[in-house]
Amino acid sequence: MSEWWTYRPEDFLLFSPRVYWRMFELHNAAFWPLHFATLAAGLVIILLVLRRLPRRGLWVALILAALWAFVGWTFLWSRYAAINWAIIYVAPAFGLQALLLAIAAARGGPVLDRKDAGAWVGVLLMAIGIAAYPLLPPLFERPWRSAEVFGIAPDPTAIATLGALLPASGRFAPLLLVIPLLWLLLSGLTLQTMGDPQAWLPLLTAGTVVAALALRRLTSAAG
Amino acid sequence: MILTRRTFVKAAAASGAAFALPGVASGQARAPLTRTIPSSGEAIPAVGLGTWITFNVGDDPVLRDECADVITAFFEAGGSVIDSSPMYGSSQPAIGYGLERLGRPDTLFSAEKVWTSAAADGPSQIEQSRRFWGVEQFDLVQVHNLVGWKAHLETLFAMKAAERIRYVGITTSEGRRHDLFERIMRDFPLDFVQLSYNIVDREAEERLLPLAAERGIAVIVNRPFRQGELTQRLEGEPLPAWAAEIGASSWAQFILKFILAHPSVTVAIPATTRVDHVRENVAAAADPLPDAAMRERMAAHVRDL
Repeated sequence: MSEWWTYRPEDFLLFSPRVYWRMFELHNAAFWPLHFATLAAGLVIILLVLRRLPRRGLWVALILAALWAFVGWTFLWSRYAAINWAIIYVAPAFGLQALLLAIAAARGGPVLDRKDAGAWVGVLLMAIGIAAYPLLPPLFERPWRSAEVFGIAPDPTAIATLGALLPASGRFAPLLLVIPLLWLLLSGLTLQTMGDPQAWLPLLTAGTVVAALALRRLTSAAG
Repeated sequence: MILTRRTFVKAAAASGAAFALPGVASGQARAPLTRTIPSSGEAIPAVGLGTWITFNVGDDPVLRDECADVITAFFEAGGSVIDSSPMYGSSQPAIGYGLERLGRPDTLFSAEKVWTSAAADGPSQIEQSRRFWGVEQFDLVQVHNLVGWKAHLETLFAMKAAERIRYVGITTSEGRRHDLFERIMRDFPLDFVQLSYNIVDREAEERLLPLAAERGIAVIVNRPFRQGELTQRLEGEPLPAWAAEIGASSWAQFILKFILAHPSVTVAIPATTRVDHVRENVAAAADPLPDAAMRERMAAHVRDL
């Protein structure tokens, strides 16, 4: 693209806020009442992580892999790409995340054994992604029909995924955080460009996770 | 220019002649002012319909119907020129839906773009766009923001020679690449150029608009309201009493009349999602238009607000 420095974020926004939020309304209507099943899957993830159940890493990775594939295909590829052609290039990243999680599961799943501050940040993020996100619409003066639900919409799925994987240790654990972090950055910037007050939520989440990882690295280096 | 049925119907519509248009039988407003395309002598209404953002509604049936309502109101008001691009997401299918619902009016002047850096993909992209619109052929195809302009111009001039399109153009927006734009205007027999111009963004007045007049190139003005920013900014301000002297009853009409009064401008293409706004926009293409002194007064007034 020539003279790329003359472009502003607004120049890449192809749709109006109304179209964006109605997209969630249509998506929710299309998959209702699957939301109960994905929320139940979310609660299972929280229980697996908190109760330290056996083979919890395997099940967490398998559930998340299925949901990332589902959200990538049904929401990004089949719906969001219709109003934002750039999403055609982003949707495969959701497939890649699903693949990475499936590979992690095939290797026994991530080892969710950390008990540091980062792990507790993870619990908070799981609560936000799974329990709090669907409750946001009235706070931002939107209809309930536009609610973003874990396992159905990308932002709560990414936030809860980061939360579930923050307690993970091992060399490859950080690899599983990259795509959710990048998605939240992209989503937050999109909302910010739309002038939507909810933009701070994905951006703050991404910033919090990065800070938690940096703190963990510093603590580990000092220790 | 050879007078075909297609061009005759367009000319008749543009000159305000009474005729029956499917779905647009009643409520026909006074015919808007027309402007002549220098390369052909064909007249087209001076206010068209842009579709950037506003028509990108995906598969949403409610919003698609709203777009179709806007298209219907646009033709009822006497509009003709609709502009889009493959870059505008789902705008092309939304236009196709609206035109289909309206019964494919003969008065349509379809302005499309080719937007791909791969030269070989140009023809297939234009064909895909044509299918989305559901038209036999486009009236005008423009090279969007000069992306791959050399190869695409070659394709477009060949299509024009083969009578598969009627006009060839290039576009830019927000003042980008004006030097190259000017060079292409000088070196190629363009029918149209499309650029950003409004009451606060007047860079085009310096070289591009005079050059268009000199070279006999029609000018389409995009982003007349700075993508709504300008009208939103002015909405809390009272319209000056002297706006009545130019027949402007809203800020949108005030801005459009400023643009249309420039002698080089052929058509402005504001985008909207609202039926009342599209009527108001088309109605701006009416006398009286401001003279040079009034235009400066208008620009100074907006600048000082």
